[in-house]
Amino acid sequence: MTALLETRNLQKSFGSTPVCCGIDLAVNPGEMVCLIGASGSGKSTLLRCLNLLEPIDDGMILFDGHDISVPGLDPQPIRQRIGMVFQSFNLFPHMTAAENVMLAPRRVHGKTREALRPEVETLFDRFGLADRMAHYPDQLSGGQQQRVAIVRALAMRPEIMLFDEITSALDPELVGEVLDVLRQLRETGMTMILATHEMGFARELADKVCFLDAGVIHEEGTPEQLLSNPQKDRTQAFLRRIL
Amino acid sequence: MVTRRQAYETRVRRKANLVAGGSTVLVLAGLFILVPLAPGWPAVKKSFFNADVFMQTFPGLLNAFLLDVTIFAWSAPLIFALGLLVALARDVRAPAAYPLRLAAILYTDIFRGVPVILVIYLIGFGIPGLGLPRPYNSPYIWGTVALVLTYAAYVAEVFRAGIEGVHQSQRAAAASLGLSNADAMRFVILPQAIRKVVPANMNLFIALQKDVALLSFIGPVEIFRQAGVYKSLLANFTPYVGAALIFLAITIPATRYADYLLSKQRRART
Repeated sequence: MTALLETRNLQKSFGSTPVCCGIDLAVNPGEMVCLIGASGSGKSTLLRCLNLLEPIDDGMILFDGHDISVPGLDPQPIRQRIGMVFQSFNLFPHMTAAENVMLAPRRVHGKTREALRPEVETLFDRFGLADRMAHYPDQLSGGQQQRVAIVRALAMRPEIMLFDEITSALDPELVGEVLDVLRQLRETGMTMILATHEMGFARELADKVCFLDAGVIHEEGTPEQLLSNPQKDRTQAFLRRIL
Repeated sequence: MVTRRQAYETRVRRKANLVAGGSTVLVLAGLFILVPLAPGWPAVKKSFFNADVFMQTFPGLLNAFLLDVTIFAWSAPLIFALGLLVALARDVRAPAAYPLRLAAILYTDIFRGVPVILVIYLIGFGIPGLGLPRPYNSPYIWGTVALVLTYAAYVAEVFRAGIEGVHQSQRAAAASLGLSNADAMRFVILPQAIRKVVPANMNLFIALQKDVALLSFIGPVEIFRQAGVYKSLLANFTPYVGAALIFLAITIPATRYADYLLSKQRRART
């Protein structure tokens, strides 16, 4: 099986600070991969590079077999096929939840609001947001905002979804409702990459867990292998600290 | 039942009110007693605070003020539009558009660096001097153009600050959805930026309302010039006081409204 998204020796530094130092990662269609690791280990930067929000310094990103890290490539058509959800939601505060969701399909795919409405209503309904479509982000709880952000990314019908610590900014009692959305999404067979600190969730649903340390994938394996029986000292030390 | 704290706060408030009231009365009494004791007061009163002259000239001043309002009304939207265009031009990254960016930078530097009255003189007298046919040689038109050019430079800077003030994560979110840069600016960044800088722009437009009076130097008989005419006719400065009152009637409520918007925005942010 060819990987849907693959990185080869991906390198990225900010100024003189190396953040990703040669990352090799392959995600197959329908797979869910969790990235774990301490703050500053390069998880978020890796995700931003995959979505071409950050240009990489060296190495290669293959999406559906094509090199999308060619310098000078127009990132727009690629980003339309890769959904991303951020830690701090990043909803557009001046638009209602429904407008947030419809903006990109309207502008990019040229669809009208009327044509989009049934599809968007179904999405809101599916994630328990049916009565929140006309609300503005500041009228929604953090959990609701994050679910709207997920719906917004899904409305572009992406082939893969990237989640950047999407529950880290939430109150503990709101984490569950967002993880439920991911469970539902998992059932549809969506390919996903998550940077997360929710080890229980990773153990429950991930196909593969990668431990990032100092800008490289230090150890990877099935949740069972990596979380219950880590082989390397640093992985063991990290897991001891957070569990 | 009054709690200990409430009783204490009532006492403190009563004392503060008494002190504030007392000191205000003292200062006002001082002004009303001491100023009229000045040797030149009767003359000043006659030439600046003359009730007869005031009643006689006020309607004419109000009428002339309509011209100020008209000039303001048609320059304000132009300033808004030009300021926005210049702000956007400074943000253009395409190499082919570099001359546009350079022009925008030069424009804001020049028009913010020259006194308004100089711009009004140069454009208001200079361009009609080209020998344009009527009505295109009117100082009324070119004076207003001078105001528009000057104020648009300030408004452009305000807009630019607003655009830069929208958090980077909003651009990232727009980009991650596959929106083009132009769409991200138009639908995501600009609407937030414009809202953010409403109070700052309000202050600029209040300043503009006052600076319309500068056009009097090149011809149009607006309120300041009209007051000058009355002054010469009646040999009395009271019309200037009347003109000042008319300006204040507009600018004080507008300033208060801008302050209100600012404080509302501060509260919303916390």
